Amino acid sequence: MVVMRDLAVQGAQMLIVLALAPLLTGFVRKLKARMLGREGPPIVQPYRELVRLMRKEAVLADNASWLFRVIPYMVFAGTWVASALVPTFATGLIFSWSADLIAVTALLGSGRFFVALAGMDVGTSFGGIGSSREAMIATLAEPAMIMIVFTLALLAGSTQLSALAGFMLSPAVGLRVSLALALIALIMVAIAENGRIPVDNPATHLELTMVHEAMILEYSGRHLAMIEFAASLKLLLYVSLIACVFVPWGLVSPRAAVSEYALAALAYLGKLAAGGFLLALFETSIAKMRVFRVPDFLGAALMLSLLGALLLFVSRSL
Amino acid sequence: MVYAACLALSGMGLVAALSHLIGAVAPAEIVSPLGLPWIGAHFRLDALSAFFLALVSLSSGAASLYAVGHGREEREPERVLPFYPVFLAGMNLVVLAGDAFTFLLSWEVMSLASCALVMARHREEENVYAGYVYLVMASFSALTLLLAFGFMAGADGSYAFDSIRARMATASSTGVVLVLALIGAGSKAGLAPLHVWLPLAHPAAPSHVSALMSGAMTKVAVYAFVRIVFDLIGPPAWWWGAIVLAAGGMTATLGVLHALMQHDLKRLLAYSTVENIGIIFIALGLALAFRAYGLGSAAALALTAGLLHAFNHSAFKSLLFLGAGAVLSKTGARDMERLGGLIHRMPQTAFLFLVGCAAISALPPLNGFVSEWLTLQAILLSPQLPSWGLKLLAPAVGALLALSAALAAACFIKAYGVTFLGRPRTAAAEVAHETDRFSLVAMSLLAATCFIAGIVPSLFIDALAPVARSLVGDRMPAQFGLAWLTIVPIAESRSSYNGMLVFLFVAASGILAASVIHRFASHAVRRAPAWDCGFPDLNPATQYTAASFSQPIRRVYGSYVFRARERVDMPLPGELRPARIEVELHDLAWDWLYAPIARAVGAIADWLNPLQFRTIRQYLSLVFFALVVLLTGLALWS
Repeated sequence: MVVMRDLAVQGAQMLIVLALAPLLTGFVRKLKARMLGREGPPIVQPYRELVRLMRKEAVLADNASWLFRVIPYMVFAGTWVASALVPTFATGLIFSWSADLIAVTALLGSGRFFVALAGMDVGTSFGGIGSSREAMIATLAEPAMIMIVFTLALLAGSTQLSALAGFMLSPAVGLRVSLALALIALIMVAIAENGRIPVDNPATHLELTMVHEAMILEYSGRHLAMIEFAASLKLLLYVSLIACVFVPWGLVSPRAAVSEYALAALAYLGKLAAGGFLLALFETSIAKMRVFRVPDFLGAALMLSLLGALLLFVSRSL
Repeated sequence: MVYAACLALSGMGLVAALSHLIGAVAPAEIVSPLGLPWIGAHFRLDALSAFFLALVSLSSGAASLYAVGHGREEREPERVLPFYPVFLAGMNLVVLAGDAFTFLLSWEVMSLASCALVMARHREEENVYAGYVYLVMASFSALTLLLAFGFMAGADGSYAFDSIRARMATASSTGVVLVLALIGAGSKAGLAPLHVWLPLAHPAAPSHVSALMSGAMTKVAVYAFVRIVFDLIGPPAWWWGAIVLAAGGMTATLGVLHALMQHDLKRLLAYSTVENIGIIFIALGLALAFRAYGLGSAAALALTAGLLHAFNHSAFKSLLFLGAGAVLSKTGARDMERLGGLIHRMPQTAFLFLVGCAAISALPPLNGFVSEWLTLQAILLSPQLPSWGLKLLAPAVGALLALSAALAAACFIKAYGVTFLGRPRTAAAEVAHETDRFSLVAMSLLAATCFIAGIVPSLFIDALAPVARSLVGDRMPAQFGLAWLTIVPIAESRSSYNGMLVFLFVAASGILAASVIHRFASHAVRRAPAWDCGFPDLNPATQYTAASFSQPIRRVYGSYVFRARERVDMPLPGELRPARIEVELHDLAWDWLYAPIARAVGAIADWLNPLQFRTIRQYLSLVFFALVVLLTGLALWS
């Protein structure tokens, strides 16, 4: 019975991330449009797009290989599993121990690895430019992410997300320089990983400025739907991650009452809305940077996170 | 025939090693009367030897199986066949040797046989140069190891490992031995800045030999380091760990940055070997540091991570080299700029190569991720170290490790994307066809090893427990009995990882998504010309190449590490000559370390040259004076 219930909570988490991911994307788009003085598409527009894309036939380039057709599902599955492993409303889910934060980072890394391969599969110049730039961005974003994990893990004594969230809820945390550094670095990494302004522009239609969009230029139909879905899931994952680590209030521990779960889910929705609002505000107030400014941006994130980890190696109280 | 025999022998070696490792029996020792008259030759099989024997046997078994099929295409088999079994025997004897003399003799057999194999294609000038550099570096490495064993054996010449161990427990010269072992074994393994021979020599050999040199021989060098530093010489000082860590971190990052700049597939793989050796040495350095402060379980974790990475690397690097060999034999090209689109013409090779690329890029659920994850977990334990130097070094090395893992992923996106994906860039790549069955079976075996070691790493970690116990006196907690085959390096509240569950979840949700969409939405497919924003160009030269792929990374890192310079030669409007871009890269190790040494050696040789044109009387008097000087020196000294 208990196991069944744990399984149900885990299943609910998987479905919730799936259901909410397009909503978050739509919400951010809507907010951005309003801030720019436009009406903007309805919030549910991403769902409509996904359904429409799935129903259309997939147009494949003549020399696209089997890998090109498999990758969308692999990327979607990997991102889905990764985002189901980040606590959204409850910690200590039944399978939460199967991968820690390093493994979640690596799962997202595999997603990127395969999308970059897909960009090179058809053999067009735009696909190559996207893959090459994405690889460059990743070489700085991933180590920065690992150093953030180091900072958090040294504080909490664990790389498990549930244990991390539990530690952040405990009174032992306090205000710390290292946590502030990690938070800034994590936000910078999240912006880069999700291809948001100022690193990349998810709404761009100018080929030479595209990174993520250039890689997936040859995708259409259901394959494109899977890639877009994975991108929304990734955005949701990073917002959940920041929320679960830095604003863990409202998370319930395992085996809570149903009413507590409902409250926790409401708190989670509130955090998503706040995260989406801040993202939209940030994106509208800043201009996109040149590609070769991105290494400076991410290099700063790497240095901040390394500094945070070093401070903890020097003293546990910083 | 020769290869089949080698295959059978490797299989037997693998079985023997595994039965020893799993059965955890007492070390077996044989003393044969061959060798030096007063010590004979000791052969000893303990847990460490058994682990490396298994590793070498796995690589050599796969390489031999590959060669059964591939060897028929060899143009000059008489230049490969005699040396190949000798090379295998040399590697096996090094890990089995139980005394210094046998060890060094087998080490030299291994070096010389592999050198002969590097020179097998001696008609290409490049290979001759590679063989020459390799020979010089191999002699240098043997010389430093000889000195290291000389220090260990002491004046009374106790060459057997048992007597060395007893003697070194009280000796004072352990620091010197550590440095000599690091230089000697490190130059064979490819530790920066002693790595320069490796990217020349490994690609020059026939592909199955390249696989063995990268997959197995560098691990034999790791064995030599572990045997000397962890086993033979006494307890470590704190700075040992520090220099090994620093060397490992530098090697890992430099290796992978060099790999990213290559467009020769086999040379890229060779540089990536340098990177992985760096990762192994990072873990070994951590193990030394933990051991110096008596943190047994942390040392066991770091050592297990390092040895597991050695095993994993030998599996996926052998796989990748065999794949590169298949590509080379079917297209005649090692240069990635002349390949492309091979996934259509060599689908099975392409799939297996992809497994290798994903494993070496440390993607879950494959094996490369497990060992790098364990290494990161070991680094997370380093605040326990009391020494400040190590405390500050460990997170910096952790950042270098993460950086090199991310760069490795970029490197293998490039290797796979340019070689196997896209459109064929030359006619040879267009008419390539699938490689033979033996090669495919050999590669499948290695790919299966990568996969199994990724989803049930607990088996492999437990197999390393006797090694860790014998070397650092502690072991990681037993893993195999844990629920769902999870691995838990320290405690479950701290960290755990389950490759099998991650794999099952990803596979299940991927299949679920695909089947739901195909069932309820659409499964129609239409083929059309590539879109490419409306401007598809049919010329395959418009694709991204290896050089253009790495251009952003070169701009970010290259100006510091390689002093990269780009020269763009853009014709004026109306001119008909093509635009050119030239990139100049420097290997700073060559510029700063080797070139001065080579110049000095050359100058001294010039200066001594007149000695070669004397008469017999002058030579005799020269000998006489040399004798007098030496005897006087001896008399004064003693």
